[in-house]
Amino acid sequence: MTGGSGILLSLENIYKLFPVKASFFSREMLRVHAVDGVSLDVPAGKTVGLVGESGCGKTTLGRVALRLISPDSGTIRFDGRDITSLAGEEMRRTRRMMQIIFQDPYSSLNPRMRVRDIVGEGWLVHGMANRREIREMALRLLLRVGLSEDAADKYPHEFSGGQRQRIGIARAIALSPKLVVADEPVSALDVSVQAQILNLLMDIQQEYGMAYLFVSHDLRVIRHVSDVVAVMYLGKMMEVSPAAELFCSPLHPYTRSLLSAVPMIGGTPREKIVLRGEIPSPIAPPPGCRFHTRCFMAKEVCEEVCPAFRESAPGRFTACHFV
Amino acid sequence: MAGGGAHSMFIDFLRRLARNRLAVAGGAVVLFFFILSAVPQVFSGHDPNRIDVLKVLQPPSAGHPLGTDELGRDVLARMAYGARISLKVGFVAVGIATCIGLLVGLFSGFYGGLADAVLMRFVDIMLCFPTFFLILAVIAFLEPSIYIIMIVIGVTGWMGVSRLVRAETLSLKERDFVAAARAQGAGDARIIFRHILPNTLAPVLVAATLGVAGAILTESALSFLGIGVQPPTPSWGNILTAGKDNIEFAWWLSVYPGLAILLTVLGYNLLGEGIRDAVDPRLRGR
Repeated sequence: MTGGSGILLSLENIYKLFPVKASFFSREMLRVHAVDGVSLDVPAGKTVGLVGESGCGKTTLGRVALRLISPDSGTIRFDGRDITSLAGEEMRRTRRMMQIIFQDPYSSLNPRMRVRDIVGEGWLVHGMANRREIREMALRLLLRVGLSEDAADKYPHEFSGGQRQRIGIARAIALSPKLVVADEPVSALDVSVQAQILNLLMDIQQEYGMAYLFVSHDLRVIRHVSDVVAVMYLGKMMEVSPAAELFCSPLHPYTRSLLSAVPMIGGTPREKIVLRGEIPSPIAPPPGCRFHTRCFMAKEVCEEVCPAFRESAPGRFTACHFV
Repeated sequence: MAGGGAHSMFIDFLRRLARNRLAVAGGAVVLFFFILSAVPQVFSGHDPNRIDVLKVLQPPSAGHPLGTDELGRDVLARMAYGARISLKVGFVAVGIATCIGLLVGLFSGFYGGLADAVLMRFVDIMLCFPTFFLILAVIAFLEPSIYIIMIVIGVTGWMGVSRLVRAETLSLKERDFVAAARAQGAGDARIIFRHILPNTLAPVLVAATLGVAGAILTESALSFLGIGVQPPTPSWGNILTAGKDNIEFAWWLSVYPGLAILLTVLGYNLLGEGIRDAVDPRLRGR
């Protein structure tokens, strides 16, 4: 992909395999191909929606982007700087610029810490404020994300899922990062709460000007927030397109089948593309194009040759032999 | 309201604990022996080491509610002061064991790999030794004193805690809040001690409470065998030793310290199990 000057995060040819034991008694190690040669750019201040079925590697890719997981190979460039093998103090300083919001609002907050300490941990770790200042800064931040002031002295178990997610958001923006990886931030919430949290995320983006790498399996959510959409399948990138174009004219057969599965109220009924079979195991992904076992357009070549990820229309990238 | 959360959590915990009658009974016994060891003078006006050859082996009476021993010393006074020794040994030994167990478990679980494998095999080896004979062997080389006893019991009793903490650490380190702390720029030490350690403390508290009972029992056994707390310092174990020589004509010398040991151990066990159930129902039967 083109690496313009406005690119904040650039992932190049990222590979990540996870070893798993074949069985309890065997010494043989199998490898889960979580992320298999993926490239993705996130422009500064924009939202890139990363969509795919569960197990396609989108969460892994999000964590790799923050170096919470180290890639097996590939390059992570942040703000023009290669951070793939940064260590120690330099990595710690870089972390201030990149934060994460988690899917599970229960596991993401330490149950033994007060909210003000959770939100203010970054300031403390980076020596940006003393305890009294942290308290005041935390109060302001909690108000900003829609919580009341007395939240600061409480423990996470006293809050609902949506409120906890607000605490998680406050923690993520405390250090004024340039990039926030939002890993399914609304999937665990009720639909009504989902909308509130999404609006909060978008308001905050306007205010702080950060970029989002927004991971979700929910196309409606992705459509609502994204400037660019990236579609993953079984560890590979299938299509990357500007959101408006992707949703009105999907190119890749996988994207087309995904979009046809989104329920719609009103409008003209579309033809449904129903995929055959199950998603193959990431331990033994099919050769050639990853999607050929379920693709309605598959030909012989798809079983043998892995299609290159290339620009197939201006500004639009796909990995398919026929697009 | 500042501290509302911790407050209500603690109140909840106490309420659940209070509903468990056995735990309350255990707690009452433990509390009684605490008071006994804190202010022994209140329970007996006698000096535990004052020898009175005119009152040798007297049965329980108004002046000596639990009788006197073979040197005419007041048994109640000796037991009250002995309680202090027994509880001190129990707490310090378990304190040492818990600290070692916590550090080994946290380190092993957090870093994994070779360090984990080596440490856990070492735990297996330690568990293979019959602890009591290990203690006997160590004390045979060293001069027996209350401090040596504490250290030796502590150093041979940390394996259970380390396994418990390691298991908790393994699951805690995969939780999102640890990833969040890492993303905030927190180092390993901060993650281990600020994020993981506080979340392992509930099961450790339970293990420690049960451990106190074990340590008191071990100390009594060692003192009974004559290699623990040395006379004339009173301890429940060495009062029993004196009792065994005179058991045919002075039952009170054996029965009361034996009962004290039994009740204390039972009390700590009931309290420990009560705390376990009140802290976290998941831990039941572990």
